[in-house]
Amino acid sequence: MISSDSLPRLLHGSSGRPLTLAQHEETFAISQRREGTILDHLEASGLTGRGGAAFPTARKVRLIHDQRGHNKFVVVNAMEGEPASHKDRTLLGANPHLVLDGAEYLAAMVGANNIAVAVARDNPIVVNHLERAIHERSRRSLRGPKIELHTPPWRYVAGEESALVNWLDDNQSLPQYRPRRPTILRIGHGPVLVDNAETCANVGLIGRFGAEWWRGLGTRESPGTVLVSITGAVTRPTVLEASLGSSLRSILATGGADPNPQALLMGGYGGAWISGDRLDIAYSNQSLQEIGATVGAGIIIVLPRDGCGLVETQRIAHWMANESARQCGPCAFGLPALAEDLSQLTHNSREPQAVFKRIVERCGVIENRGACRHPDGVIRLIRSALDVFSEDIANHMRGAPCSASRSNAHFATVPALEREEELIWE
Amino acid sequence: MGMRRRVGGFVLRVNPILCDGFGHCHELAPELVNIDEWGYPIIEVTPTPLADVSILESARYAVRGCPRQALRIERVTEQS
Repeated sequence: MISSDSLPRLLHGSSGRPLTLAQHEETFAISQRREGTILDHLEASGLTGRGGAAFPTARKVRLIHDQRGHNKFVVVNAMEGEPASHKDRTLLGANPHLVLDGAEYLAAMVGANNIAVAVARDNPIVVNHLERAIHERSRRSLRGPKIELHTPPWRYVAGEESALVNWLDDNQSLPQYRPRRPTILRIGHGPVLVDNAETCANVGLIGRFGAEWWRGLGTRESPGTVLVSITGAVTRPTVLEASLGSSLRSILATGGADPNPQALLMGGYGGAWISGDRLDIAYSNQSLQEIGATVGAGIIIVLPRDGCGLVETQRIAHWMANESARQCGPCAFGLPALAEDLSQLTHNSREPQAVFKRIVERCGVIENRGACRHPDGVIRLIRSALDVFSEDIANHMRGAPCSASRSNAHFATVPALEREEELIWE
Repeated sequence: MGMRRRVGGFVLRVNPILCDGFGHCHELAPELVNIDEWGYPIIEVTPTPLADVSILESARYAVRGCPRQALRIERVTEQS
């Protein structure tokens, strides 16, 4: 049995290729039966979702458990829409069976007889790993819920739960309007539980070893570990597992990042920039929310001193605007307008003050008016950029942009923009 | 008949996916709906008391006048 405070936990035993079912059973062997039901353990563990929103998993499970329906689904969300995130593919490339274990536990808890694993089709290696893992399971036993692999197109918003469920329900992968929350998403008539792949893997661990064991790492308020994808100014982009509540500095040091960065983008492209002298903060939602950031999907992008935060923000905003599903007016028109404003601010505009004012105004106008949280994420990013890079922005506005804004060195990975008519949604 | 107690408030809610920015709601309920620079409605989020009959009436006009049927009136029970 793995000891409760040893660190690679989710990625335990990873050796470059995924563990087979036999190896998995051996590595994560259960030495003693846990007492109590899995749901009790899940509740006691205090596990929160690892996909970004950090919603308590046990509450979500209870909600679906209490629904009527013969044909419930558990959806494992490994879409990984964030270009800077690599955690789901790393996890599925190391311990696919741990994720599937978790999905089976979840299915048992809510009474589902279908498990759908969703991986973006642009990710053929992970698709192969999963196909193989699912095949191994079906050869061992045909009992239990039916596991199916689904490959939606890769889009930023396609991993949003309502978009994903909509796709699985034979529609386009577009987010849906949900006036009341929490909303029960459905495939056909069956209620659906959507959980991130990393959340499922944690459920797998809790199901095997119990809540007590699982809480051996992390803090009281935010227990457990999290997979962190570090990119930007690093020796090489990595995914590492850190216990929640460890200091940001130590995580960056382990990841081989620039020890003296200018700023960090936390959480993903809908996340927030934080200043580089805030490195001593603990990496958990509790402490990060004091400075307006979150753990999000465990993404950290390191911006070195010789990078330009404004340029990075503008590049990200442009791409995010293009990734909008173009369903809601404020998002379809507002985000491109904001991205355009940002590029005007970066490259000398005639009236920088007016542009700056317009950005602030438009942020306020667009906020909270989309069907999903896509526009709100972009606005959070832009607002935090205006705050963190205020000095640099003042220089840009004086007509003395930093030298980095003219160079071609960029730190945030942004995929090539696709033309609107070439975006694939189904 | 007609004696429903007018306690609590209401908010106008738009389904942003259905909305195509016709702007009729702004014409019909200017007290509640503003228009942004792209023609999409910005709706007052603080609940209006149901006792405010004239505003409630224009909200109803807006709901019925929406060409995409994207609006609805939602009652808010707890007074905030």
